[in-house]
Amino acid sequence: MNEERERLFRKLSREEKNDEMIAVESQTFLQAAWKNFKKNKRALVSGIVLLVVIALAIFGPMMVRYSYETQDPSARNMSASAQHWFGTDKFGRDIFVRILYGARISLMVGLVAAVINLAFGTIYGGISGYAGGKVDMMMMRVVDIIYSVPSMLYVVLIMLLFGASVTSVMIGISISSWIEMARIVRQEVLSLKEQEFTMAAFVLGASGKRILLKHLILNAMGPIIVTVTFMVPQAIFTEAWLSFLGIGISAPLASWGTLAQDARALIEVYPMQTVYPMLAICITIFAFNFVGEGLGRALDPKSKR
Amino acid sequence: MVKYVLQRLGIGLVTLFVLVAITFTMTKLMPGSPLQSKNVTGAVLEKMEAKYGLDKPPVQQFFIYCANLLRGDLGMSYKKVGTNVSDIIANSIGPTMRLGLVTFCMTLVIGVGIGILMARTRSNFIKGIWLSGLTLGVSVPNFIIALLLMIIFGVQLRWFPILGLATPMHFVLPAIAQGLYPISAVARLTQSSFEEVMKQDYVTMARAKGLSARVITFRHILKNALLPVITYMGPMVAFLLTGSVVIENLYTIPGIGKEFVNAITNHDYTLVMGITIFIGGIIIVCNLLADLICSFVDPRIKNSR
Repeated sequence: MNEERERLFRKLSREEKNDEMIAVESQTFLQAAWKNFKKNKRALVSGIVLLVVIALAIFGPMMVRYSYETQDPSARNMSASAQHWFGTDKFGRDIFVRILYGARISLMVGLVAAVINLAFGTIYGGISGYAGGKVDMMMMRVVDIIYSVPSMLYVVLIMLLFGASVTSVMIGISISSWIEMARIVRQEVLSLKEQEFTMAAFVLGASGKRILLKHLILNAMGPIIVTVTFMVPQAIFTEAWLSFLGIGISAPLASWGTLAQDARALIEVYPMQTVYPMLAICITIFAFNFVGEGLGRALDPKSKR
Repeated sequence: MVKYVLQRLGIGLVTLFVLVAITFTMTKLMPGSPLQSKNVTGAVLEKMEAKYGLDKPPVQQFFIYCANLLRGDLGMSYKKVGTNVSDIIANSIGPTMRLGLVTFCMTLVIGVGIGILMARTRSNFIKGIWLSGLTLGVSVPNFIIALLLMIIFGVQLRWFPILGLATPMHFVLPAIAQGLYPISAVARLTQSSFEEVMKQDYVTMARAKGLSARVITFRHILKNALLPVITYMGPMVAFLLTGSVVIENLYTIPGIGKEFVNAITNHDYTLVMGITIFIGGIIIVCNLLADLICSFVDPRIKNSR
């Protein structure tokens, strides 16, 4: 009898038993997001490029032989060589080194603007959405009014008021760009606050502040992160644009926009001097945009295919 | 309908007033008097201050400014002695308008055209190529496009002139540089709304009736698919106006954008103020018009708000 049973049936190994399991391995939110993000090759490559740019901006200036303001009259307007990777400008300053320093300024402007937007926009939008009713209406009208004036005009006014400096560029950029964040957070909070878990938190006696911060805003983190990622390149662009017009950051400090502006006068003779800083701006802005796009797909649970 | 129009008009007026108030306060907060650099003292200074109305308290100055504004008088330029700000604006608006109009029409025709082509292709590969092109179009900053076009087609190949707006050929490069972003945006808008409308029952119905593809595309689909494009026309005017600041400086076009940057670098406060209010006003009016046209064309909009 036993022999007969052994002939007909065989004991399964542990792996074979699990073959029938249909459920996928359980993942935390971040694990799932990372897995989705990795699948997007364009975003992944852009992420790596960004890390390289950031590393160059932080450590690059420490490792180079020239300073951003050392002038060398014997080496003016040189083309690219082993000594000067991107050549030199009309004062004999090394363009590669100036671009490294420019990266610090441009990235810093982008990051600070993004942090200010994050803090202010999230709080404003959160309160507006959570309070609802008349408060929401008033707060959104204010936002509408600020938003209908193009941000360029604010930046220009701030620059006139505080003078041309890195700080005033950052203030000017932040003045109107938090609005987008506020609108997105408000939208998210409006829909999240109707869901059951908010009700549950309320019934358990959580305070309004706690519900807003721990439950609503934390759940809206996906769109918030994506918006922040898109804000950084916008700020970098605005700064580059201002400096390019000669009303932003001025010499001897040099952002990428200033570098392009400096080289513009010689554009017919040495076009490459304008091309390098422009390439730096483009690469950074692209990388941020693609990473933002990838994050958007990775962090949105609805977009899972 | 009337209520909606009035409401929108009210918001527009409040925004305009806030803009005037902000610019006015800012210029009052600026350090130093605009007359300081003129090397005048004593009775002459007092007389000049009286002429520019600087001897009165700020609040009274504000109301005088507002009253003058209503009569179309934006005050005198501080730096170009004896010229009215309104005259400077009137003289420089011509080139900006001409370039803007060319870009505007070009954007609508090409943008909508690309959008339709994209929506009608069945090949995902071709669509992908278009899409990457448009992504590029929205993410490259306008001054970089302008510079690149200048280097390649103006300086290296010498196909097009790069200074001023004398002949139709002069319009080519600045119009493309200015139009690339709005073209990409319009194409994306048209494509997505075109695809949306294509799925509607009445399109199937029209096809079943045996109407030609041309009639269906233009009369049935396009008419309904253009709504988002109409809404976008307001922001587009804003974009062209603010963009003109860069383009006009690069291509040395004597328009309002160039005048604006000159005013900023010269610290000509009244001129900066005047142009700010002028640009802001145009943008507010255009947004208002776009909204009104939209609610007129599509009655569903005003009911949903």
